Amino acid sequence: MLEIKDLHATVGKKEILKGLSLSVKAGEVHAIMGPNGSGKSTLAQVLAGHPAYAVTGGTITYMGEDLAEKSPEDRAKEGIFLAFQYPVEIPGVSNAYFLRAGYNEIRKHRGEPELDAMDFNKLLKEKSKVLHIDESLLNRPVNEGFSGGEKKRNEIFQLAVLEPKLAILDETDSGLDIDALRAVSEGVNRLRSKDRAFLVVTHYQRLLNYIVPDFVHVLSEGRIVKSGGKELALELEKRGYDWVKAPAAAGAAR
Amino acid sequence: MDPVEELATKEYKWGFVTDIESETIPKGLNEDVVRLISSKKNEPSWLTEWRLTAFRQWQKMTEPRWPNVTYPPIDYQDISYYSAPRQAKKAGSMDEIDPELVKTYEKLGIPLEEQKRLSNVAVDAVFDSVSVATTAKDYLEKLGIIFCSFSEAVQKHPELIRKYLGSVVPTNDNFFAALNSAVFSDGSFCWIPKGVKCPMELSTYFRINAADTGQFERTLIVAEEGAQVSYLEGCTAPKRDTNQLHAAVVELVAQESASVKYSTVQNWYPGDKEGKGGIYNFVTKRGKCAGANSKISWTQVETGSAITWKYPSVILQGDNSVGEFYSVAVVNNRQQADTGTKMIHVGKNTRSTIVSKGISAGKGQNTYRGQVKVVKKAAGARNYTQCDSLLIGDRCGAHTFPYIEVQNHTAKVEHEASTSKISEDQIFYCKQRGVSTENAINMIVNGFCKEVFRELPMEFAVEAQKLLGVSLDGSVG
Ligand SMILES: Nc1ncnc2c1ncn2[C@@H]1O[C@H](COP(=O)(O)OP(=O)(O)OP(=O)(O)O)[C@@H](O)[C@H]1O
Ligand SMILES: [Mg+2]
Repeated sequence: MLEIKDLHATVGKKEILKGLSLSVKAGEVHAIMGPNGSGKSTLAQVLAGHPAYAVTGGTITYMGEDLAEKSPEDRAKEGIFLAFQYPVEIPGVSNAYFLRAGYNEIRKHRGEPELDAMDFNKLLKEKSKVLHIDESLLNRPVNEGFSGGEKKRNEIFQLAVLEPKLAILDETDSGLDIDALRAVSEGVNRLRSKDRAFLVVTHYQRLLNYIVPDFVHVLSEGRIVKSGGKELALELEKRGYDWVKAPAAAGAAR
Repeated sequence: MDPVEELATKEYKWGFVTDIESETIPKGLNEDVVRLISSKKNEPSWLTEWRLTAFRQWQKMTEPRWPNVTYPPIDYQDISYYSAPRQAKKAGSMDEIDPELVKTYEKLGIPLEEQKRLSNVAVDAVFDSVSVATTAKDYLEKLGIIFCSFSEAVQKHPELIRKYLGSVVPTNDNFFAALNSAVFSDGSFCWIPKGVKCPMELSTYFRINAADTGQFERTLIVAEEGAQVSYLEGCTAPKRDTNQLHAAVVELVAQESASVKYSTVQNWYPGDKEGKGGIYNFVTKRGKCAGANSKISWTQVETGSAITWKYPSVILQGDNSVGEFYSVAVVNNRQQADTGTKMIHVGKNTRSTIVSKGISAGKGQNTYRGQVKVVKKAAGARNYTQCDSLLIGDRCGAHTFPYIEVQNHTAKVEHEASTSKISEDQIFYCKQRGVSTENAINMIVNGFCKEVFRELPMEFAVEAQKLLGVSLDGSVG
C-alpha cells in the first residue's frame, strides 16, 4: 500500500528526513517510535502533503501511484488520514458541518452520492456512540475550547467517520487519560481490517498494549535505525533509545 | 506560495449593463438642478423648499476627511443627478414594465412577475433614480401597510412624509446627508400602522445602471405603536472604470413597543483588482427608538463598493428601548471600508448590542468605528460591543476605533475585541480532511461571521454566505 524509498525532506533549510525507507502493506499496523525531534511528525506531515515540508529526494508510492505531485486534499480523498499531534481549532464551524464537508468530498471523489445533513447526523450519532464521544461535541466548533484529550479523541472520531485506507496517528495517546486511551484504542482496533493500514507514532509502549502492532520501527536522526516486532517496543521501554540511535548521534552523545 | 494566495480570480457577475433608453439630466449641480429634480417629481412646494434649504447648507459644508479611507477629490459638478429609464410613468401593472427591466431584475435573481416571486417577500425595484416596480402592494394595502416608492408616497401620503422626513437625519446632519436631501431621487417608503405585524419581508433592490450618474435614494420606514416590520435591501451595479457616487439616507422610526429590523446585503461593484472603478458608498443610516420598549436592529453584510463609509445608528430615546447592530464587512483587493455604528442612549434602561465582524483580504483596509454614548439621564443603560477582525494574507489591514462616552454612572458598557488570521495550519487541516483551499476559506470565514448571519432572514442568509465566497475568491492574490 505504502512504499517509502530513501526519503529526504526538509523544512525551511533544515534537512529532517535523511534517507528513510519503509514499506507498509494493507492490513498492517506499524508503530513508529523514536526520540523527540527525530522526525516522526515530519514523516506524518510529509505523507499528508503539508506545504511547509519539501521532499528533496526519494519516492513515496501510495496505492501504486507517486504521491509527490498530489495535493493534500487529493491524498485525503484517496484515503490518507492524519490524526494530528496538535489538532487545529476552527472557530464558528461546527464539528458536524466540518466533517460533512470532508466526508462528502471523499464520497464525491469515489463517485458515491453525497449525504444530506440529516442522514449524516444519523451516521455521526452512531459513530459517536461506538467511540463514547459526547454528542454535544458534534455541534461545538471544531476543537475550539476542547481539552487536550477531547481533541485527540475527536481526531479518532473523524478517523472513524472518514474510514481512510491509510491512517496515520501522530501521538494520539499523549494527553489521554486511562479511560480515553482505552476508548481510543478500542476505536482503532475496531477499524483494523485487511484493507486498512495504520502508522502509529507513539512514545509509549502502553498504547501498544492496546493497539498491538505488527511492526515497530525506531526513527532517529531522520532514518529508521531499527525495526522489529512488538517486543522491540518493550525493549525500548526498558533500555531507552541510546543503543539503537544513529551512529553519528550516538557518537556525539558519548 | 501561501495557499490562500492561490485562488483564481472570479468575476463580479452582476457587472452587466442594461441597454435601455434613459433620460439623464446634464451634469452639474446648482439650485436650478434641485428645482428641476423636484419638478420632475411634481413635488409640493414645501418639499422643494426643503431640498433647497439642504442644498444651501451643503454648499457651506466640507466633505468629511476623518474616515480612514483615501480617494481622489470628487468633482460634484461632473456628476449627473438624475437618470431614469424612459418609460412614460411608473407602470400600473407588471405587464406595462419595459421587458428589458424585467429581464434585468430576473438576471439579478429578483423576479418581478407575480408567479415567479418569492412568496413571502415584497420588492420595490429601484433602477437608477426611480422606482420601476413594487410588488405585493395590494395585499399589503389590505392590512393598512403602505409600501411604495418614495415619490409615490410624496403624492399619496404627503402628511406622513412631511411628518417624518428628516426627523431622524436632519438635512444638515453631515455633508453627504445634506447632498442627498437636496437631490434625492427615489427610494422606498414603508409605514406600518398601529398594532400591525407585517406578514412578509419588505425589500428594496437598488440597481445603478447609467454611467456618470450618482444614486441618491431615500428610504423612510415608520412603525407605529406596537407595529413590527422586517426590511431588506440589496444593491448591485455594472462594472465601470470610473467611480460612481452613491449617497443614500435611510431613516427608521419605531414608536412605542414597535420593532424595525433592517437588513442590508450590499454588493455594489467593488472595482477591479487594481482598484479601478467601483462605487463610493457614502451612506447615512439612522433609526430612532422614539417610544418606550421599542426596538431597532440593523444587520449588514457589506461585500461590495470601492469605498464604504457608513454607520447605521440608533438613538435610544424611549425607556427600555433596544438597539442592535450586526455587521459583516469584507474588503478585498483595494477596497476600503470605514464602517460601524453609533448607539446613543437617552432613555432609561436602554440596551444596545454591537457585533462587528471585519474581514480583510488582498490589500483591503477595514476600519471599525463605533460610538457608544450614554447621556446623563440614561440610568441603567447597557451596551455590549464585540468587534472581531479576520485577516487573510498579510497585505491587508484591520483597524478599530471605539469611542465610548458615559455620563451616567449606573451605565454598564462592555467592549471586547479580537484580531485573528486564517493560518496555513487551519487550511491544511481542512485540506487533510478532503476540503479544498477555496472551500476551507469559505468555511472559516462563514464560521467567523456566524453570529451575524443568524440575524439575517433565512433566504438571505444563504445568499449572503454565497456572496461572501464570491467576494473573497481570487481576492487574496
Ligand atoms: N516548521 C519547522 N521549522 C523549523 N524546524 C522544524 C519545523 N518543523 C519541525 N522542525 C524541526 O524538525 C525536527 C523534527 O521535528 P518533528 O516534529 O518531526 O519531530 P518528532 O519526532 O515528531 O518529535 P516529538 O517526539 O517531539 O513529537 C525538530 O528538530 C524540529 O525542531
Ligand atoms: Mg511529533
